[in-house]
Amino acid sequence: MTTIQTTVGGLYRSSRARAVTGFGVAAILLFAVAPATMTMFRLGLLAKFLCLAMVAVGIGLAWGRGGMLTLGQGVFFGLGAYIMAMHLKLADAGPGGVPDFMMLYGSGEVPWWWEPMRSPVLTIVLVVAVPTGLAILLGLAVFTRRVRGAYFAILSQALAAAFAILLIGQQATTGGTNGLNGFRSFFGYDLSDPLNKRMLFFIAAGALLVMVAVVRQLMHSRFGELLVAVRDQENRVRFLGYDPAKVKVVAYAVAAAMAAIGGALFVPIVGIISPADVGVVPSIGFLIGVAIGGRATLLGPVLGSIAVSWAQTSLSESFPSGWIYFQGALFILVVAFLPGGLASLVGKWRRRRTTQDPPDGAPHPSVPATSGSAA
Amino acid sequence: MDVLFSQLFAGLSLGSVLLLAALGLALTFGQMGVINMAHGEFMMAGAYTAFVVQGIFSSAGVSLLVSLPLGFLVGGVLGLLLEATLIHRMYRRPLDTLLVTWGVALVLQQLARDIFGAPNVDVRAPAWLSGAVDVFGVGIPKTRLFILALAIVCVVALALVLKLTPLGRRIRAVVQNRDLAEASGISTRRTDRLTFFIGSGLAGIAGVALTLLGSVGPTLGTNYIVDAFLVVVAGGIGQIKGTVIAAFALGLLQATIEFSTTASLAKVLVFVVIVIFLQVRPQGLVSVRTRSLA
Repeated sequence: MTTIQTTVGGLYRSSRARAVTGFGVAAILLFAVAPATMTMFRLGLLAKFLCLAMVAVGIGLAWGRGGMLTLGQGVFFGLGAYIMAMHLKLADAGPGGVPDFMMLYGSGEVPWWWEPMRSPVLTIVLVVAVPTGLAILLGLAVFTRRVRGAYFAILSQALAAAFAILLIGQQATTGGTNGLNGFRSFFGYDLSDPLNKRMLFFIAAGALLVMVAVVRQLMHSRFGELLVAVRDQENRVRFLGYDPAKVKVVAYAVAAAMAAIGGALFVPIVGIISPADVGVVPSIGFLIGVAIGGRATLLGPVLGSIAVSWAQTSLSESFPSGWIYFQGALFILVVAFLPGGLASLVGKWRRRRTTQDPPDGAPHPSVPATSGSAA
Repeated sequence: MDVLFSQLFAGLSLGSVLLLAALGLALTFGQMGVINMAHGEFMMAGAYTAFVVQGIFSSAGVSLLVSLPLGFLVGGVLGLLLEATLIHRMYRRPLDTLLVTWGVALVLQQLARDIFGAPNVDVRAPAWLSGAVDVFGVGIPKTRLFILALAIVCVVALALVLKLTPLGRRIRAVVQNRDLAEASGISTRRTDRLTFFIGSGLAGIAGVALTLLGSVGPTLGTNYIVDAFLVVVAGGIGQIKGTVIAAFALGLLQATIEFSTTASLAKVLVFVVIVIFLQVRPQGLVSVRTRSLA
């Protein structure tokens, strides 16, 4: 008994030490090496990738750990992005002013639901509150009625479809297919200034690091254990007296909040948000990076997502049609033949290197046994 | 009265399109719990089949009649290939199958773009389908009537196959209890393949039918797939009855809301209605009763 406790304690300590070192290295890379070695253009690209990676961190928690295949993260990403974009448009228009596109397509009046976004503080609150609230509402409606598995996936996808169609349909107030773009300043800072662009990169990098830390703490907490248990044996968890719906709603809401923050930072960094960034196709596109990196691991989704974004940018520059084949092939090959992602290869390699370790009977939590077949 | 009737017909027409798209999906989903995201691309393949066939026959009428069975065959063979290469490996991981078939859908879409070009192509409608029939003073396009009839024929044919043929009995047995069916000597492997062939073939027919309503493009399938899935979810799996009711109900609902608001708002409201509906019946409209915990 004591030996087990000490090994577990030692393992935990060493894993915490590893985590702290990892964070240190990541922080140095992001805050010192990247800005020093990259051009402004590349840094901007990386900042965009970091925003997309924030969505991936949330998906890793909801899908990899919680078994909820959410095909509608674009909605939360989009809500965060549009709320931020509305504020930037209103701020550019000045106090009491009307955004330029509304003069063009609309009645020239600001609709009532735009008004709260005049306030910078309220905007920051709403960026997180609205998507999280929607996720909690939908999660409660769906999970307490035990709608799960493929049914949940379809519903989340339909939500993304409806959201994109709604945005396109309301051109006078949302900019339609063009989306919202042409922002000049971000909370008073000029967006064309390279210094401010670099600042935005730092904000994105910091936000991503914080999110990874939050997810790590969640994974190592009692909640994290419960989440994995719900993924693998939902009924058994219920029989033990827990409410799986609540566990799922929390994970789903956290994922939504992360996607929303990613969206909100995406807007000033990229300079445009349109229905093409939030619909069915981009929503499901978020998943491939998570799957490649290793859906149930901590860093897999982040690294996978950044790698996929980078591949997309460089591939679609040279051959546009090649990227779609590549993306399709990735979905097929990775999900069918390497469900644990690249992280599972690393795990295998590490286990082979340390075969003298005592074999533990329990399956590793980072390898989903059947990945939600119970659903 | 006229408005009511034309609205009613608009709903029925939309419902029949949804039904054609969802029928095969309900079959494959009900059978194996597999969500086939490439279903929409099988529809697209059927539509392009009609486009290719019309290049061979000079008469649009003959071409349509040839395209329907050929579209079934093209969709079916594609489905068979998909089942044999990928899906059968992954029966224990249904959610992952969804992502894999999404990858297949992406590849098929891009293939269509490379073969037929990105711009949409048109398929001529036969002369006997042009124009409208006057019913109660409302002009109803003949193509819409044809699709409604085609949907009904497909449903009846599928129901007959499921009810009367040995294959249908095997399919129902596997849907209701896979293990017991296997223990009774049914080859579930073969049944799965045949089910997938029929389900995907129905997608091909749906694709041919859609050529009558508009032009054909690589993203034809994606426009219908989400709605088709919603029909299956609302209808419940295991029986076609649920799918039929859900398809027409959603069609009517969408047409009604569209009439009083806008098309984009209608989509959102339909979604909300479905989520509320699932509060009452989480397993969908019609579901096979089991004692399992799922």
